[in-house]
Amino acid sequence: MAHTVFHKADTRGHANHGWLDSHHTFSFASYYNPERMNFGALRVLNDDIVSGGMGFGTHPHDNMEIISIPLEGDLEHQDSMGNVAVIKKGDIQAMSAGTGIYHSEKNKHENERVKFLQIWIYPDRKNVEPRYDQLTLNLQDRHNRLQQILSPSKDDDGIWIYQQAWFHMGKFDAGVSTQYNLKGGANSGVYAFVLNGKININGQELNTRDGFGVWHTDQLNITAESDAEFLLMEVPMKF
Amino acid sequence: MGQVNILIVGRHEQILQTVVRLVNNNPEWRGVGALTDKEAIQLFSHEVFDLILLSSGIEPESEANLRAYFIDHRPETIIVQHYGGGSGLLTAEIYEALKTRS
Repeated sequence: MAHTVFHKADTRGHANHGWLDSHHTFSFASYYNPERMNFGALRVLNDDIVSGGMGFGTHPHDNMEIISIPLEGDLEHQDSMGNVAVIKKGDIQAMSAGTGIYHSEKNKHENERVKFLQIWIYPDRKNVEPRYDQLTLNLQDRHNRLQQILSPSKDDDGIWIYQQAWFHMGKFDAGVSTQYNLKGGANSGVYAFVLNGKININGQELNTRDGFGVWHTDQLNITAESDAEFLLMEVPMKF
Repeated sequence: MGQVNILIVGRHEQILQTVVRLVNNNPEWRGVGALTDKEAIQLFSHEVFDLILLSSGIEPESEANLRAYFIDHRPETIIVQHYGGGSGLLTAEIYEALKTRS
Protein backbone atom coordinates (compact mmCIF):
# COMPACT_ATOMS: atom_id res chain seq x y z
CA MET A 1 0.00 0.00 0.00
CA ALA A 2 1.56 3.30 -1.07
CA HIS A 3 2.15 5.99 1.53
CA THR A 4 1.73 9.62 0.57
CA VAL A 5 2.24 13.12 1.89
CA PHE A 6 0.73 16.21 0.30
CA HIS A 7 2.09 19.72 0.81
CA LYS A 8 -0.12 22.42 -0.60
CA ALA A 9 1.85 25.37 -1.96
CA ASP A 10 0.48 27.90 0.51
CA THR A 11 1.42 25.77 3.52
CA ARG A 12 5.14 26.15 2.84
CA GLY A 13 7.38 28.28 5.02
CA HIS A 14 7.96 31.76 3.68
CA ALA A 15 10.75 34.26 4.22
CA ASN A 16 10.94 37.60 2.45
CA HIS A 17 14.28 39.28 2.99
CA GLY A 18 13.67 41.98 0.41
CA TRP A 19 16.38 40.86 -1.98
CA LEU A 20 15.33 37.22 -1.51
CA ASP A 21 11.80 35.87 -1.47
CA SER A 22 11.91 32.21 -0.55
CA HIS A 23 9.35 29.49 0.04
CA HIS A 24 10.54 26.50 2.01
CA THR A 25 8.88 23.12 1.57
CA PHE A 26 10.91 21.82 4.52
CA SER A 27 12.32 23.45 7.65
CA PHE A 28 15.10 25.82 6.69
CA ALA A 29 16.93 28.69 8.41
CA SER A 30 14.43 30.40 10.73
CA TYR A 31 11.48 28.35 9.45
CA TYR A 32 11.14 25.37 11.76
CA ASN A 33 8.22 22.99 11.45
CA PRO A 34 8.77 19.58 13.07
CA GLU A 35 6.22 18.10 10.66
CA ARG A 36 8.22 19.35 7.68
CA MET A 37 11.76 18.16 8.19
CA ASN A 38 12.51 16.12 5.11
CA PHE A 39 11.26 13.55 2.64
CA GLY A 40 13.76 10.74 3.01
CA ALA A 41 17.13 12.06 1.87
CA LEU A 42 15.50 15.18 0.41
CA ARG A 43 16.13 17.77 3.11
CA VAL A 44 15.70 21.15 1.42
CA LEU A 45 13.43 22.35 -1.35
CA ASN A 46 13.59 26.12 -1.54
CA ASP A 47 11.73 28.06 -4.19
CA ASP A 48 13.78 31.25 -4.43
CA ILE A 49 13.35 34.60 -6.17
CA VAL A 50 16.43 36.82 -6.12
CA SER A 51 16.18 40.53 -6.99
CA GLY A 52 18.31 42.07 -9.73
CA GLY A 53 22.01 42.37 -8.89
CA MET A 54 21.55 40.67 -5.53
CA GLY A 55 22.43 37.23 -4.26
CA PHE A 56 23.87 34.95 -1.63
CA GLY A 57 27.28 36.24 -0.54
CA THR A 58 30.17 33.90 0.06
CA HIS A 59 29.16 31.32 2.65
CA PRO A 60 30.22 27.80 3.61
CA HIS A 61 28.74 24.35 3.23
CA ASP A 62 29.80 20.86 4.15
CA ASN A 63 28.46 17.33 3.80
CA MET A 64 25.51 18.02 1.55
CA GLU A 65 24.61 17.51 -2.08
CA ILE A 66 23.33 20.91 -3.24
CA ILE A 67 21.45 21.15 -6.50
CA SER A 68 20.30 24.35 -8.17
CA ILE A 69 17.78 24.43 -10.98
CA PRO A 70 17.26 27.89 -12.53
CA LEU A 71 13.74 28.61 -13.70
CA GLU A 72 14.22 32.19 -14.92
CA GLY A 73 17.17 34.56 -15.29
CA ASP A 74 20.92 34.02 -14.94
CA LEU A 75 22.64 32.98 -11.72
CA GLU A 76 26.36 33.59 -11.32
CA HIS A 77 28.30 31.05 -9.30
CA GLN A 78 31.74 31.40 -7.70
CA ASP A 79 33.36 28.98 -5.28
CA SER A 80 36.50 28.27 -3.30
CA MET A 81 37.62 25.68 -5.85
CA GLY A 82 38.03 28.44 -8.42
CA ASN A 83 34.88 27.76 -10.39
CA VAL A 84 33.17 30.77 -11.94
CA ALA A 85 30.10 30.02 -13.99
CA VAL A 86 26.65 31.21 -14.97
CA ILE A 87 23.63 28.93 -14.93
CA LYS A 88 20.33 29.68 -16.65
CA LYS A 89 17.00 28.02 -17.35
CA GLY A 90 17.67 24.59 -18.81
CA ASP A 91 20.85 24.13 -16.77
CA ILE A 92 21.36 22.15 -13.59
CA GLN A 93 24.13 22.68 -11.07
CA ALA A 94 25.35 20.27 -8.40
CA MET A 95 27.85 20.73 -5.60
CA SER A 96 29.10 18.03 -3.30
CA ALA A 97 30.09 20.09 -0.29
CA GLY A 98 31.92 17.22 1.42
CA THR A 99 34.73 18.39 3.69
CA GLY A 100 33.87 22.02 3.03
CA ILE A 101 33.32 24.56 0.33
CA TYR A 102 32.67 28.29 0.12
CA HIS A 103 30.50 29.71 -2.63
CA SER A 104 28.35 32.63 -3.71
CA GLU A 105 25.33 32.67 -5.99
CA LYS A 106 24.30 36.02 -7.42
CA ASN A 107 21.81 37.35 -9.91
CA LYS A 108 23.96 38.30 -12.88
CA HIS A 109 21.65 41.06 -14.08
CA GLU A 110 20.72 44.30 -12.35
CA ASN A 111 17.25 44.61 -13.81
CA GLU A 112 15.96 41.06 -13.98
CA ARG A 113 14.98 38.70 -11.23
CA VAL A 114 16.24 35.15 -10.92
CA LYS A 115 13.99 32.29 -9.96
CA PHE A 116 15.54 29.00 -9.02
CA LEU A 117 15.04 25.87 -6.97
CA GLN A 118 17.63 25.15 -4.32
CA ILE A 119 17.56 21.48 -3.36
CA TRP A 120 19.65 19.76 -0.68
CA ILE A 121 20.05 16.01 -0.53
CA TYR A 122 21.78 14.22 2.33
CA PRO A 123 24.87 12.51 0.87
CA ASP A 124 25.39 8.75 1.02
CA ARG A 125 28.90 9.28 2.41
CA LYS A 126 30.53 11.97 4.51
CA ASN A 127 33.63 14.09 3.97
CA VAL A 128 34.13 13.58 0.25
CA GLU A 129 36.41 15.90 -1.68
CA PRO A 130 34.26 18.89 -2.67
CA ARG A 131 33.20 18.99 -6.31
CA TYR A 132 31.23 21.27 -8.62
CA ASP A 133 29.44 20.40 -11.81
CA GLN A 134 26.88 21.92 -14.12
CA LEU A 135 25.12 20.72 -17.23
CA THR A 136 23.01 22.27 -19.97
CA LEU A 137 19.99 20.17 -20.79
CA ASN A 138 17.97 20.05 -23.98
CA LEU A 139 14.57 21.49 -23.04
CA GLN A 140 12.92 19.66 -25.94
CA ASP A 141 13.77 16.36 -24.28
CA ARG A 142 11.20 16.98 -21.55
CA HIS A 143 8.30 17.88 -23.84
CA ASN A 144 5.59 15.28 -23.17
CA ARG A 145 8.10 12.87 -21.65
CA LEU A 146 10.24 12.62 -18.58
CA GLN A 147 13.79 13.87 -18.95
CA GLN A 148 16.31 12.49 -16.48
CA ILE A 149 18.38 15.38 -15.15
CA LEU A 150 20.20 13.76 -12.21
CA SER A 151 21.32 10.32 -11.13
CA PRO A 152 23.87 8.60 -8.87
CA SER A 153 26.03 7.59 -11.85
CA LYS A 154 28.57 9.50 -13.89
CA ASP A 155 27.62 7.36 -16.87
CA ASP A 156 23.88 7.98 -16.71
CA ASP A 157 21.88 10.87 -18.13
CA GLY A 158 22.03 14.23 -16.37
CA ILE A 159 24.26 15.40 -13.59
CA TRP A 160 25.38 13.05 -10.79
CA ILE A 161 25.54 13.25 -7.00
CA TYR A 162 26.64 11.11 -4.06
CA GLN A 163 23.23 9.59 -3.35
CA GLN A 164 20.88 7.03 -4.82
CA ALA A 165 18.68 9.77 -6.28
CA TRP A 166 17.14 10.33 -9.67
CA PHE A 167 15.51 13.58 -10.80
CA HIS A 168 13.29 13.97 -13.84
CA MET A 169 11.55 16.99 -15.34
CA GLY A 170 8.52 17.06 -17.60
CA LYS A 171 6.81 19.77 -19.62
CA PHE A 172 3.54 18.19 -20.63
CA ASP A 173 0.66 19.35 -22.78
CA ALA A 174 -2.80 19.03 -21.27
CA GLY A 175 -4.07 15.47 -21.44
CA VAL A 176 -0.69 13.76 -21.78
CA SER A 177 -0.06 10.84 -19.41
CA THR A 178 2.99 8.83 -18.49
CA GLN A 179 4.20 6.32 -15.96
CA TYR A 180 7.26 6.63 -13.78
CA ASN A 181 8.86 3.42 -12.57
CA LEU A 182 10.95 3.88 -9.45
CA LYS A 183 14.60 2.97 -9.95
CA GLY A 184 15.82 2.62 -6.39
CA GLY A 185 13.82 -0.34 -5.18
CA ALA A 186 11.71 -0.71 -2.05
CA ASN A 187 13.58 1.99 -0.12
CA SER A 188 12.85 4.69 -2.70
CA GLY A 189 10.19 7.37 -2.69
CA VAL A 190 9.35 10.16 -5.09
CA TYR A 191 8.64 13.77 -4.22
CA ALA A 192 6.85 15.60 -7.02
CA PHE A 193 6.87 19.39 -7.25
CA VAL A 194 4.73 21.25 -9.75
CA LEU A 195 6.38 24.28 -11.34
CA ASN A 196 3.22 25.38 -13.08
CA GLY A 197 -0.09 23.95 -14.21
CA LYS A 198 -2.14 21.09 -12.86
CA ILE A 199 -1.20 17.42 -12.81
CA ASN A 200 -2.60 14.27 -11.26
CA ILE A 201 -0.39 11.64 -9.67
CA ASN A 202 -1.97 8.38 -8.53
CA GLY A 203 -5.28 10.19 -8.02
CA GLN A 204 -3.85 13.21 -6.17
CA GLU A 205 -4.47 16.54 -7.90
CA LEU A 206 -1.53 18.93 -7.74
CA ASN A 207 -1.49 22.59 -8.67
CA THR A 208 1.33 25.09 -9.14
CA ARG A 209 4.01 24.75 -6.42
CA ASP A 210 2.20 21.91 -4.64
CA GLY A 211 4.36 19.02 -3.47
CA PHE A 212 3.44 15.36 -3.19
CA GLY A 213 5.52 12.53 -1.81
CA VAL A 214 4.84 8.87 -2.53
CA TRP A 215 6.66 5.84 -1.16
CA HIS A 216 6.08 2.11 -0.74
CA THR A 217 5.17 1.96 -4.39
CA ASP A 218 7.01 1.05 -7.55
CA GLN A 219 5.14 3.18 -10.07
CA LEU A 220 3.53 6.58 -10.47
CA ASN A 221 0.75 7.31 -12.95
CA ILE A 222 1.00 10.93 -14.01
CA THR A 223 -1.47 12.93 -16.09
CA ALA A 224 -1.24 16.59 -17.03
CA GLU A 225 -4.68 18.09 -16.47
CA SER A 226 -3.48 21.36 -18.02
CA ASP A 227 -0.26 22.36 -19.71
CA ALA A 228 2.17 21.73 -16.87
CA GLU A 229 5.84 21.62 -15.85
CA PHE A 230 6.97 19.48 -12.95
CA LEU A 231 9.94 17.93 -11.21
CA LEU A 232 10.13 14.39 -9.83
CA MET A 233 12.78 13.70 -7.17
CA GLU A 234 13.35 10.04 -6.34
CA VAL A 235 15.37 9.61 -3.15
CA PRO A 236 16.03 6.90 -0.59
CA MET A 237 13.58 7.04 2.31
CA LYS A 238 16.11 5.52 4.72
CA PHE A 239 19.70 6.50 4.21
CA MET B 1 15.14 26.17 30.77
CA GLY B 2 18.56 27.83 30.97
CA GLN B 3 20.96 28.53 28.18
CA VAL B 4 21.69 25.47 26.07
CA ASN B 5 25.39 24.63 26.05
CA ILE B 6 26.59 23.28 22.71
CA LEU B 7 29.98 21.85 21.77
CA ILE B 8 30.72 21.87 18.06
CA VAL B 9 33.52 19.63 16.78
CA GLY B 10 34.86 19.93 13.24
CA ARG B 11 38.09 19.96 11.29
CA HIS B 12 37.37 22.84 8.90
CA GLU B 13 38.42 25.92 10.84
CA GLN B 14 36.39 28.51 8.92
CA ILE B 15 33.25 26.39 8.91
CA LEU B 16 33.67 25.66 12.60
CA GLN B 17 33.97 29.40 13.33
CA THR B 18 30.87 30.04 11.23
CA VAL B 19 28.81 27.40 13.01
CA VAL B 20 29.95 28.64 16.44
CA ARG B 21 29.02 32.20 15.47
CA LEU B 22 25.61 31.10 14.20
CA VAL B 23 24.90 29.17 17.39
CA ASN B 24 25.87 32.17 19.51
CA ASN B 25 23.54 34.41 17.50
CA ASN B 26 20.72 32.77 19.42
CA PRO B 27 20.71 34.19 22.98
CA GLU B 28 19.28 30.91 24.27
CA TRP B 29 22.28 28.97 23.06
CA ARG B 30 25.98 29.08 23.86
CA GLY B 31 28.38 27.42 21.48
CA VAL B 32 32.07 26.61 21.69
CA GLY B 33 34.16 24.93 19.01
CA ALA B 34 36.88 22.30 19.00
CA LEU B 35 39.09 21.55 16.02
CA THR B 36 40.81 18.51 17.49
CA ASP B 37 39.74 15.48 19.50
CA LYS B 38 42.04 16.54 22.32
CA GLU B 39 40.48 19.99 22.46
CA ALA B 40 36.97 18.50 22.37
CA ILE B 41 37.71 16.14 25.24
CA GLN B 42 39.30 18.91 27.30
CA LEU B 43 36.28 21.15 26.85
CA PHE B 44 33.91 18.25 27.56
CA SER B 45 35.80 17.43 30.76
CA HIS B 46 35.48 20.94 32.13
CA GLU B 47 31.84 21.76 31.52
CA VAL B 48 28.52 20.11 30.88
CA PHE B 49 27.25 20.28 27.31
CA ASP B 50 23.61 19.65 26.50
CA LEU B 51 24.37 18.90 22.90
CA ILE B 52 27.35 18.00 20.73
CA LEU B 53 27.30 18.83 17.04
CA LEU B 54 29.69 16.90 14.84
CA SER B 55 30.65 19.08 11.90
CA SER B 56 32.73 18.24 8.83
CA GLY B 57 35.96 16.40 8.30
CA ILE B 58 36.03 14.15 11.37
CA GLU B 59 37.64 10.86 10.47
CA PRO B 60 35.44 7.78 11.13
CA GLU B 61 37.80 6.40 13.78
CA SER B 62 37.92 9.76 15.57
CA GLU B 63 34.16 10.06 15.43
CA ALA B 64 33.70 6.61 16.90
CA ASN B 65 36.19 7.36 19.68
CA LEU B 66 34.62 10.72 20.48
CA ARG B 67 31.11 9.31 20.58
CA ALA B 68 32.25 6.50 22.85
CA TYR B 69 34.08 8.91 25.15
CA PHE B 70 31.18 11.34 25.43
CA ILE B 71 28.57 8.65 26.07
CA ASP B 72 30.83 6.77 28.45
CA HIS B 73 31.37 9.85 30.59
CA ARG B 74 27.88 11.38 30.30
CA PRO B 75 25.36 8.93 28.87
CA GLU B 76 22.67 11.61 28.61
CA THR B 77 24.76 13.62 26.14
CA ILE B 78 22.96 14.23 22.84
CA ILE B 79 25.23 13.88 19.83
CA VAL B 80 24.06 14.84 16.35
CA GLN B 81 25.70 15.16 12.98
CA HIS B 82 25.51 18.71 11.68
CA TYR B 83 24.96 18.78 7.95
CA GLY B 84 25.30 21.67 5.57
CA GLY B 85 27.92 23.75 7.35
CA GLY B 86 25.85 26.89 7.68
CA SER B 87 22.62 28.39 8.89
CA GLY B 88 20.28 26.40 6.65
CA LEU B 89 19.75 23.35 8.82
CA LEU B 90 21.32 24.42 12.10
CA THR B 91 18.24 25.74 13.90
CA ALA B 92 16.08 22.75 13.03
CA GLU B 93 18.87 20.30 13.92
CA ILE B 94 19.25 21.84 17.37
CA TYR B 95 15.52 22.03 18.06
CA GLU B 96 15.04 18.44 16.90
CA ALA B 97 17.92 17.26 19.07
CA LEU B 98 16.63 19.08 22.13
CA LYS B 99 13.21 17.47 21.70
CA THR B 100 14.80 14.16 22.59
CA ARG B 101 16.02 15.65 25.88
CA SER B 102 12.61 16.62 27.27
